[in-house]
Amino acid sequence: MSADTAGLIVSAFLASAVEFVEALTIVLAMGVTRGWRSTLAGVALALVALAAITAGAGYALAEWLPESVLQLIVGTLLLIFGLQWLRKAVLRSAGLKAHNDEDETFREEVEAGRGAGEQRRLGLDWFGFVVSFKGVFLEGLEIVFIVITFGLNADDVPAAAAGAAIAGVLVLGIGAIAHRPLAGVPQNTVKFAVGLLLSTFGTFWAVEGLGVFAEGSESLEWPGGDAALPVLLAVWAGFAWSAIRLLRRGRLDPAGA
Amino acid sequence: MRFVRGFGRFWYDFVVGDDWRIAAGVVLVLAAGAVLVATDAVSDGVLVPLVGAAIVGVVGVSIVQGARR
Repeated sequence: MSADTAGLIVSAFLASAVEFVEALTIVLAMGVTRGWRSTLAGVALALVALAAITAGAGYALAEWLPESVLQLIVGTLLLIFGLQWLRKAVLRSAGLKAHNDEDETFREEVEAGRGAGEQRRLGLDWFGFVVSFKGVFLEGLEIVFIVITFGLNADDVPAAAAGAAIAGVLVLGIGAIAHRPLAGVPQNTVKFAVGLLLSTFGTFWAVEGLGVFAEGSESLEWPGGDAALPVLLAVWAGFAWSAIRLLRRGRLDPAGA
Repeated sequence: MRFVRGFGRFWYDFVVGDDWRIAAGVVLVLAAGAVLVATDAVSDGVLVPLVGAAIVGVVGVSIVQGARR
């Protein structure tokens, strides 16, 4: 296995693992409070919807768009996603935003599940069905997005899908055995790493994709080609590290200065 | 109508997230980059790192705004 493939699998694994952890928390809370039949029906429907979207979007993106357009669209979305993750991770690390707490989220979901009224449709407990469907669909959509974008750009969708699948099996397996939310996963650290990766690849591809506006519509080239990727990663890591230090000292926050 | 609004809200939350400045900033920087590419105003060697630096600036502004809130 090449270093590129290994890197792709690890990136997809990390990004997907945090989403699986969040989906697991919602599903467990609904299963415990509203019953497993309706909850698992919601999960199953979400998985079917996600599979259809993955097949449709993946095929359309790969078959219909020229490389530079694909890079621009995918890079821009990846960049917006990655920068949101990075921003939140920086603010959390600087103590300006609360850390994710899966135990707390689980308690809130359980409370909501117990407090919701009884409404049955199609023989299912509607609240449990809808909440588990939405939870799995939303978190799953992020996983699909990561797999498609990483996979298409590296020209290796199976490797990206394998990374996500390993994360799914691992998280769901541990969740099934422990039968509780995975609060021990260092979500902020993982999200920080994934935010850095998404921002790095997003910057790289979005800028290359600007070549679609040039004569000939050929992708632009970063100085040094692919060797620019580790440099970009170092720039983003250095930027995040500096921002955290300055925020902790109150220098970036006029209110705290 | 409620479905359309909910559908739009879902995709807005999914793509734009909780700070619209990042999405707007990225689109603005890339649009400016596109103009520079289309007009061939600067060489690729200058343009590529310039756009990259501007994107770093976008998230810098967003983090400062986030710290103020």
